[in-house]
Amino acid sequence: MLQTVNKSPFEKNAMQSCLRLSPQGSAVLFYEDGVYAAVKGTRFESQIKEATQQFSVYALLPDLEARGMRAEDVIDGVKTVDYSGFVDLVADNGAVQAWL
Amino acid sequence: MDDMEGEGTIKKFLYLNRKAPYGTVYALESLEVVLIGAAFDQDVSLAFVDDGVYQIRKNHNTKVDSGIGMKDFSKTYRVLEDYDVEKLYVEKESMEERGLTKDDLIVPVEIMDRAQMAALMAEQDVVLSF
Repeated sequence: MLQTVNKSPFEKNAMQSCLRLSPQGSAVLFYEDGVYAAVKGTRFESQIKEATQQFSVYALLPDLEARGMRAEDVIDGVKTVDYSGFVDLVADNGAVQAWL
Repeated sequence: MDDMEGEGTIKKFLYLNRKAPYGTVYALESLEVVLIGAAFDQDVSLAFVDDGVYQIRKNHNTKVDSGIGMKDFSKTYRVLEDYDVEKLYVEKESMEERGLTKDDLIVPVEIMDRAQMAALMAEQDVVLSF
């Protein structure tokens, strides 16, 4: 199952609910304002680091770059993907659950 | 006809920015209203609080070929001073919980702590929230 999160963790609890309720081994993709969760230095960093032990965690690079961040700025263990990588995640993981 | 309403009508306007850019349209809309409002010679301040701090992060890259293909409006913050919009404030706590420093921002700002920000808001005639 692919879990997607597109809201800032500072503004909405979508990321919290996603991490709490997703089955172990899920792929979790942060995109749009969700990408702020995947960046080093925020108050969510330790929580995301822990999540990488349980899930495959991804962040959409074009959304990171739009907001002034680069691939180097994401937390270790989080992989960045481009749009075709997003498509691959959808194709490879079956159902998509969107945490809005 | 500048003096038609008298000097006493200059009001303190605060634009309160609390949303991240691009994910919603609030940030861009706020900037548009600031630019329109600049024609009215009021006492204007901009505050960046919560995810609003992300609006003025450096190095936005929204190019069409590999990016999100939206207009990068962050450079517009740098021309605000040409419109006599020179008072930009950022809440220290919002910046810190996002791991940001003054060096990450595209414009010079004054950093305020929570109490100073509250005081700034309290002294306004009008607060426009975005």
